[in-house]
Amino acid sequence: MTERILDHPVLGVLEPDQTVTFTFNGMKYEGRCGEPIAAALLAAGIRTLRHHEESGTPRGIYCNIGHCFECRVEVDGHQGVRACLTPVREGMVINGGGALPSPVRDWRKDNA
Amino acid sequence: MRDLIIIGSGPAGLTAAITAAEHGLDILVIDEYLKPGGRLLGQLYEEPGGNWWNGIEESRKLAGRASSLGLDIRLGISVHNIEQIDGSWLVHADCETFETKSLLLATGAAEAPVAIPGWTLPGVMSVGAAQVMTNVHRVKPGQRGVIIGVNVLSSAIAMELKIADVEVAAIALPKTNQVNGKAANPSEVMNALLHVSHMAPSPLVKMGSKLMTNDFMKRMGITLYPKNGVRMWDIPVMLRKAVIRIEGTDQVEGVTLATVTAEGKIIPGTEEVIGCDFVCIAGGLYPLAELAALTGCPFYHIDELGGFVPLHSEDMRTPLDGLYVAGNITGIEGAKVAMSQGKTAALAIAKDHGQDIADTSLSEAVRQISSTRSDAHIQFHSEVEAGRRKLQEYWEQHAAGMRNVMV
Ligand SMILES: Cc1cc2nc3c(=O)[nH]c(=O)nc-3n(C[C@H](O)[C@H](O)[C@H](O)COP(=O)(O)OP(=O)(O)OC[C@H]3O[C@@H](n4cnc5c(N)ncnc54)[C@H](O)[C@@H]3O)c2cc1C
Ligand code: FES
Repeated sequence: MTERILDHPVLGVLEPDQTVTFTFNGMKYEGRCGEPIAAALLAAGIRTLRHHEESGTPRGIYCNIGHCFECRVEVDGHQGVRACLTPVREGMVINGGGALPSPVRDWRKDNA
Repeated sequence: MRDLIIIGSGPAGLTAAITAAEHGLDILVIDEYLKPGGRLLGQLYEEPGGNWWNGIEESRKLAGRASSLGLDIRLGISVHNIEQIDGSWLVHADCETFETKSLLLATGAAEAPVAIPGWTLPGVMSVGAAQVMTNVHRVKPGQRGVIIGVNVLSSAIAMELKIADVEVAAIALPKTNQVNGKAANPSEVMNALLHVSHMAPSPLVKMGSKLMTNDFMKRMGITLYPKNGVRMWDIPVMLRKAVIRIEGTDQVEGVTLATVTAEGKIIPGTEEVIGCDFVCIAGGLYPLAELAALTGCPFYHIDELGGFVPLHSEDMRTPLDGLYVAGNITGIEGAKVAMSQGKTAALAIAKDHGQDIADTSLSEAVRQISSTRSDAHIQFHSEVEAGRRKLQEYWEQHAAGMRNVMV
């Protein structure tokens, strides 16, 4: 689906870099050490980083430079980490969040 | 306590850091990104004369110079608050608070979105996101994309995608609605392009501008603009078609386009779907000035500079003691202008720290900003100089007001 640009007509050949292994939603992936999580996942064909907390609809990167927080994932237990800014490291455990329960709203539907 | 903290390691922040270090100041540079260089990193275009402006290389040069001066640059740290207490600045970052006598905000710009149904689907990204994926991380944003929004940045990035062998199926307008304003009006977009395209970085826009400044095209104007667009670098630039919806269930699968009138009204029955696996939204840039807003620094809205900008003087001082600004936080321009602003700010700061900076070197640096501006090959707004003059008038009014208060 997506791919790395190994040879670029102006920027030249992509220097080989150390490969790291990490997991995303329990599946194993490889990335280039130090590249952002979002880039490593996109190179592996993954666009959906999380599902919206309320609506459950899928979300991926938007700005890719840290401004919009659309790419927030959980990294080694820390929530709200921006996948576009955070370098991928060996052994990282990454999870995309999903819809959260909304008990008050759910209760209102039947009781308001 | 530091002499100077610089927030942002883009071209403005790095150049300021280098200059201030050369004048003996003790400096800390903070940036939330994972590499130094800011938005310079993604830039790639051919300058007149055939040289490539390669943002990766330029950033490497600046970072190299900074490290040879032993500068302390901390990456991966976001600043979320600043405050002035007892004459010094507190910079609150993720896990730490730093203290400094002077503070330079060089936080750059952000991209404005355009509102289109379907824009939350994975595969929809800002045009700058695609630039960074392609040129900095070297991962294709997809196989085939559609760019929504016709402006200097989107045409430059369309060409960059093309160079990296990523297909751009079309550059089209966004649909008209309450938020999209001028960006959805074919005549307005055409006019804006005509005024800046002679300076634009890419052969793509230059080629297009030749077409558009051609007398015949001008006369016929937008009314006769081909419905299927004018091809630039083989990419159809559609000023008479707007994206009305982004299609897909789990991720982008295509967009629905419709033909629009010269005013941007959708002509019913003209809808067509084209397939793509990513979509770029190009709503233009605005100064990222939130940190300055936290300080109580006065702000002015100046269209020509891209939005709200903190009040500042030609030598980059704000009305607040020890607070300075440089780069795109002061208005949207290219990286070379940001660098010359960074240098100027650093000289002003060094002077305020009692360093021996001649008035003539400072005024020479200010002049350099203007000459860099007039030589710039990228210009985001045709009236940027007028915008700068407006701000200077506000500064003078402010200074006069302060003098009255003191008498
Ligand atoms: C997406 C995008 C694409 C662009 N593409 C081009 C182009 O192709 N050609 C062109 O000429 N110009 C382009 N520009 C304009 C660009 O802003 C200038 O060319 C130039 O890079 C501005 O330099 P600067 O130093 O002011 O800011 P920047 O280069 O934007 O650097 C600002 C730095 O500050 C950091 N920062 C911001 N806020 C914080 C915070 N709170 N805490 C910590 N760090 C922070 C950022 O991470 C960033 O590294 C682009 C701008 C954007 C936003
Ligand atoms: S994609 Fe916008 S913050 Fe990461």
